Amino acid sequence: MSSLPPYASPLQKTWHYAFRVICGLIFFFLIFPILVILPLSFNAQDFFTFTKEMLAFDPAGYSFKHYDDFFTNPDWQQALRNSVLIAPAATILATAFGTLAAIGLSQSHVPYRAAIMAVLISPMIVPLIISAAGMYFFYSRIGLQGTYWGVVLAHAALGTPFVIITVTATLVGFDRSLVRAAASMGANPVTTFFKVQMPLIIPGVVSGALFAFITSFDEVVVVLFLGSAGQKTLPWQMFTGLREQISPTILAVASLMVAISIVLLTVLELLRRRSERLRGLTPG
Amino acid sequence: MSDATAGQVLTTQDGKPLKASLARALRREKLRALVLIAPLLLFVVLTFVAPIVDMLFRSVENGIVADTLPKTVVALQTWDPRSGEAPDEQVFAALYDDLAIAVEAKTHTRLGSRLNYEQTGISSLFRKTGRRINRMDEAGPFKDQFLNADKKWGEVETWQVLKQYSPRYTDGYFLSAVDAQRTIDGISLKPENEQIYLFLFGRTLFLSIVITISCLLLGYPIAFLLAHLPLRTSNLLMILVLLPFWTSLLVRTSAWKVLLQQQGVINDFLVWINLISDANRLVMINNQTGTIIAMTHILLPFMILPLYSVMKTISPSYVRAAKSLGATDWTAFWRVYFPQSVPGIGAGAVLVFILAIGYYITPELVGGTSGIFISNRIAFHISSSLNWGLAAALGTMLLVAVLVLFMVYDRIVGIDNVKLG
Repeated sequence: MSSLPPYASPLQKTWHYAFRVICGLIFFFLIFPILVILPLSFNAQDFFTFTKEMLAFDPAGYSFKHYDDFFTNPDWQQALRNSVLIAPAATILATAFGTLAAIGLSQSHVPYRAAIMAVLISPMIVPLIISAAGMYFFYSRIGLQGTYWGVVLAHAALGTPFVIITVTATLVGFDRSLVRAAASMGANPVTTFFKVQMPLIIPGVVSGALFAFITSFDEVVVVLFLGSAGQKTLPWQMFTGLREQISPTILAVASLMVAISIVLLTVLELLRRRSERLRGLTPG
Repeated sequence: MSDATAGQVLTTQDGKPLKASLARALRREKLRALVLIAPLLLFVVLTFVAPIVDMLFRSVENGIVADTLPKTVVALQTWDPRSGEAPDEQVFAALYDDLAIAVEAKTHTRLGSRLNYEQTGISSLFRKTGRRINRMDEAGPFKDQFLNADKKWGEVETWQVLKQYSPRYTDGYFLSAVDAQRTIDGISLKPENEQIYLFLFGRTLFLSIVITISCLLLGYPIAFLLAHLPLRTSNLLMILVLLPFWTSLLVRTSAWKVLLQQQGVINDFLVWINLISDANRLVMINNQTGTIIAMTHILLPFMILPLYSVMKTISPSYVRAAKSLGATDWTAFWRVYFPQSVPGIGAGAVLVFILAIGYYITPELVGGTSGIFISNRIAFHISSSLNWGLAAALGTMLLVAVLVLFMVYDRIVGIDNVKLG
């Protein structure tokens, strides 16, 4: 596939290029919707489409006014503040519990491993609307509905499967004899954990934490049901904005969030490479 | 082995039998593993599993009639719903006692709205009677006074509903969830114009299948290309798959809303190149088309990534061998390569399907009325109609469907092999 042999028939050549064109179109389908909102977010008008001025690259057609609105509008600022308060708390909870459990799960003798794994992974499998419904009913019984901690706990539960999966994946390549070596030289389990095990699995822990963070930061279904007006997060504000009064500020917010995901993606890729290097899976 | 050592047990240095020592070490290891897992297990059980179990319970729970009207429920036991006439004075006396307490505690309106799900009009009946109850003569006769307050108390249907929903547990919500109802003649389907859920389940299933197939058609070529390009190029192109995967769901949904609108980018472009006239702009949003396009885009990475990881493991020598034996490109692909990629198709398709049938946000925003899923109905019952029991029953059915599908997925890929990014 990668290159065409010199003896290829005309039909093969045609297909070779046609296939690439098809793939190009699908890539376009994947990436175009995300890229198109970036220029539109600088629209000087309150339209969701390219104005004549924009197409003519007239500077008058572009402006930062939607960004201005985002940074000055109290609704959006409150939503941003809530998101920033909720996501890190949920991430810390999910990462701490998840890392411990992943280490436990990677031991050689774990009773009922499959059953435990099924329970721990379940928040990722159950459709969000069902989790949201169940949590709404249950949390309103125990008075957590509409509170900050209710949302944090729910988001932490949703984030833990990602931490378990990423940390377990790093532990697969972990050499157990390192722990034994540390122990034989007199290190106690706690020292062994922090000095030997932790540095090696830290890339997995950090990428798990990033997954947990993005899960909470992007989550809208659960917070929609579980939160009250005081817990309105950024995605929630976007959701109401899209459903009721569709304002172009959403495009500015969306562009900022695309920027965040690019940063996250880069960090994750760097972490993955580092982890593979540390574990000696690939040279260099 | 000599006779002297045959009966002896191997011991460790401190004199304990080796076997017991090993068992102890194993037990300690198991215990340590469990201690590490316990905090999270407890956390997930409390914050996640308990709510789900609570929802399952709610879908059959029905204590409200027996709690609000305890005496009436007991008195009704002797009444035959097939008798064709309303119960006698004794039942009405019990109803008076119960309602007087309920009105005091203001719980009669809640009971009214609960029973209103089963038969419209009961809610107002309870409200109306609640306002009159204090003016009733405590000496009786109660039946006439209740009939004076509202004629509905004399109707058999009202009492049939009351009697039918007096047990503490009910299958009524599940029956409603499949458009059925229980009358005194047994279970039957609701009249055609009241059926919505079977249709909605059918549509959810149909749209999910369409989305899965479109994801497969678009994802297969991409995964194939990525798996066969040199690593450097494919890593670069992989970014085009991972960036949408990592971009917020709401960002992608808003993008589609912008693109697909009648005054949106795609329509503007089509008008500009004169493919369609300004008056005939395409309607691509707030209908099924919108849901299918947006959800295919959102779920496509979930198809590409498993397909890619399977295709990566297919050795190119099989296809080369087939070609050297005289197979055409197509035969080599279809008879040799494609069968080896089927596990990837299975994994990707089940994953996309599972995610699709539970989707809520995207159909809600771009689906209009014709493109919504069963999950939108669940959300409606939780936040608007407040019929939580029905929401729980619908949720339970959806959950069972997803869990069954997930077992299939587990068979194909295994939970442990789920990979991210």
